[in-house]
Amino acid sequence: MTKNYIFHNAKELLEHCHNHKMSIWEVMLNYELQLSKKSKKEVLKMLGDRLKVIFDSIDAAVKNPEMSPSGMVGKSTPLLAKAVRDFKKWDKKLLLNEAATRAMLGAVATGENNARMGVILAFPTAGAAGVLPGVIFGAKHKLKLKEEQMLEMMLTASAIGVIIANTATLSGAAGGCQAEVGSATAMAAAALTEVRGYSPETSLHASSLALKNMIGLACDPIGGLVEVPCIKRNGIGAVFSMAASDMACMGVESFVPFDEVVRAMREVGDMMNPKIRETALGGLAVTPTGQRVAEKMGLLNIGTNPCSK
Amino acid sequence: MTCKDILAKKIVLVHTPSALQAPMSTFSLFDIAGPIMVGPSSSHTAGAAKIGQFARAIFDSTPTKAHFLLHGSFGEVYKGHATDRALLGGIMKFAPNDGRIKEAFEVAKEKKIKYAFEPGNLGSGYHPNSVRITLENKKRSMTIVGSSIGGGNVIIIQINGFDVHLTGNSAEQYFTLVVQNENLPGMLAKITGFLGNKGIRIVNMQSCYLALENKVLSVLSIEKALTLKEILDLESEDGILFVRTLNKLAQ
Repeated sequence: MTKNYIFHNAKELLEHCHNHKMSIWEVMLNYELQLSKKSKKEVLKMLGDRLKVIFDSIDAAVKNPEMSPSGMVGKSTPLLAKAVRDFKKWDKKLLLNEAATRAMLGAVATGENNARMGVILAFPTAGAAGVLPGVIFGAKHKLKLKEEQMLEMMLTASAIGVIIANTATLSGAAGGCQAEVGSATAMAAAALTEVRGYSPETSLHASSLALKNMIGLACDPIGGLVEVPCIKRNGIGAVFSMAASDMACMGVESFVPFDEVVRAMREVGDMMNPKIRETALGGLAVTPTGQRVAEKMGLLNIGTNPCSK
Repeated sequence: MTCKDILAKKIVLVHTPSALQAPMSTFSLFDIAGPIMVGPSSSHTAGAAKIGQFARAIFDSTPTKAHFLLHGSFGEVYKGHATDRALLGGIMKFAPNDGRIKEAFEVAKEKKIKYAFEPGNLGSGYHPNSVRITLENKKRSMTIVGSSIGGGNVIIIQINGFDVHLTGNSAEQYFTLVVQNENLPGMLAKITGFLGNKGIRIVNMQSCYLALENKVLSVLSIEKALTLKEILDLESEDGILFVRTLNKLAQ
């Protein structure tokens, strides 16, 4: 009988890890091989191409900062890049370390590149595309990661993404920002934990800690654009996932198991008013500042349907 | 299935063996780590480019005129999300990850393609992110309606007023084949026989009659891509007008 690697939830994932004596990333790789019938070489090549997109996207925003067409975002990347370039000087003032500062830069640069129509990897979505590039960019420097280790991080993160997509949703229109940036921080926390040599269980604790921290987060983008608050939320989300991973590495466990956290996230999403599910009819979108920008852009009457995005 | 269900499940309107075997939808690694796309929005930019690409592939020649009727949210927010540039880029064969989408207006002018965007209403029952694309040139005129259903995934729902259901397949293991033929007896047998002789399995197939032209359009999901020679061979059969593979649309 051929071996089975398909999983839909954390319980099944952990069973595969134990039965096959594999880490999460190895199970995810075999899951994809089983599902797509592609060769290992082909899958790793496709992942490698996506890793290149991640770094190219950060690079594009750092080297050539540009305001988005709405004029709302584009200024943060150069500020963060300056702190990263000159970190020795900034180290005295900043509370976070160099890896976290780089993570903020990687996440914000990806978001600002997306807003000005640069090429990005939607990982897992365009709105939450900054968190994983951020933590990979930050961890690479601190942990001196090789390319294959970064591909492993992408696989571990995707396994968490598969679980959330199956049990809840990754879409802000369906589940609010908790489903987008929240999911991305859970994915990133597991990736950061496993790449440092911790067990699948510890990695899932990191995911739970991260996602619990994001439950209830509204999706309330000004003018319906993937700009404010999305981009900086990605930047701070990247740091959240580092905190969750660090806590798990110290041995802190999530009291609620990951599958239950994901179900809770879905239930909270179902309870959310459509006004805070990517329709730009509530939250930050309807603040005086938000309305002013939307009016200027001619975007005032958008998104009357929660499924519109 | 409501649009929320589709969004929540993200995809899987495609016939894949995995979807048939597994009780729940089974996501590919690259559904999570992907797509690679030009920002800012997967449904309003990446999906729009994919619908455009699809329309162009079915139209099968360079249009000189393109009209886009933008329905629902597409009509409301298309400027801020560059839906217009993505659609126009798509009909010039730009993939969702092609950086040239940003310059689509300029490129269209160079190529002397006349284009117009018009917010409008296709009626009730259409997904809020839908567009009706009309492409024209000396040879033909064709109308295609497509919807962007979330996560960069799209469905083509009408061709020249006829209901179809073509997905912009993200499952990646299948290839889409589009064949147009004269409205003659035995044409479908000819196509399926051709594929059978090559040992290629068909996993899904749909045909629609194009009344204006008195022709038939078929869309097949097949397990192996055809080589260029095979495409030309099939195209040279009597009654077959054109054969296109849309495998590049899967990302």
